[in-house]
Amino acid sequence: MSSHSAGSHPSTRLYVAVAVILAALTALEVMVFYIEALAPVLIPILLVMMAAKFALVAMFFMHLKSDGPVLTAIFAWGVFIATAIVVGLMAIFGKFGA
Amino acid sequence: MEGPTSTGIPNRKLAMWTFIGSECMLFGTLIATYMIYRGRNLVPPYPHDLLNIPFITVTTFVLLMSSLMMVLALAAVQRNDLRATKLWLGLTALFGLIFLGGQYYEFSHFVHEGLPLSRNLFSSTFFVLTGTHGAHVAGGVIWLGTLLVRTVNGKLDARHAETVEIAGLYWHFVDVVWIILFTLIYLLV
Repeated sequence: MSSHSAGSHPSTRLYVAVAVILAALTALEVMVFYIEALAPVLIPILLVMMAAKFALVAMFFMHLKSDGPVLTAIFAWGVFIATAIVVGLMAIFGKFGA
Repeated sequence: MEGPTSTGIPNRKLAMWTFIGSECMLFGTLIATYMIYRGRNLVPPYPHDLLNIPFITVTTFVLLMSSLMMVLALAAVQRNDLRATKLWLGLTALFGLIFLGGQYYEFSHFVHEGLPLSRNLFSSTFFVLTGTHGAHVAGGVIWLGTLLVRTVNGKLDARHAETVEIAGLYWHFVDVVWIILFTLIYLLV
């Protein structure tokens, strides 16, 4: 047994609610993909919904919301480095225009 | 049994989160490679000719729901409900297998349509990125299988809830990686 004194984990009802939101967001992403009128703003819309799904899983299913700042910092650092790698290399290879 | 730690966080859990942090960087490099070569494909077939959005949406939904099964398994083992633990662990592994089956079908379809690994920039980056993710899912399914066997044999109960939680962290990480890949590969094609 551990001595870890994390906050209490979410209830089953909250887990199910998060799963329903995740499913709804996924359906919405696919709907947006097929609506031609939204093509000019497709990228920001999809990235926002992707980030929302990512955050929901990390906060509630991975318990970062209740497990304290140390674990959040470790994960955030990894995500930050990964994002910097992706954005930096895309910029170097001219993927942002010009 | 693990004693108190200086951080207040169990060592195994801290180790898993550190591992997950390093995995972010691994997938970051693979995603960067895919994004750099995206749209620079000069040799057919092209992604929009092959990617089956409705099919992948279904497998994505299956993987998302497997994360729900995983947290329900953790909640069950924490209250020492071993019958429910077996059910939810089994369903999580089953959903993982369904996802892998979908990925196998997709890969087979691509190869059948003339897109083996080394055909063009898209095939190389796509297969390496999604294949690496698939290998992680396969590893997770095996891990879940061992937990299920231990539960069936009476060797896993509420005292081992942390073991299930750590496996769950890995499983949810695999899920969040797919959330990113689904958007970047399939919807921003």
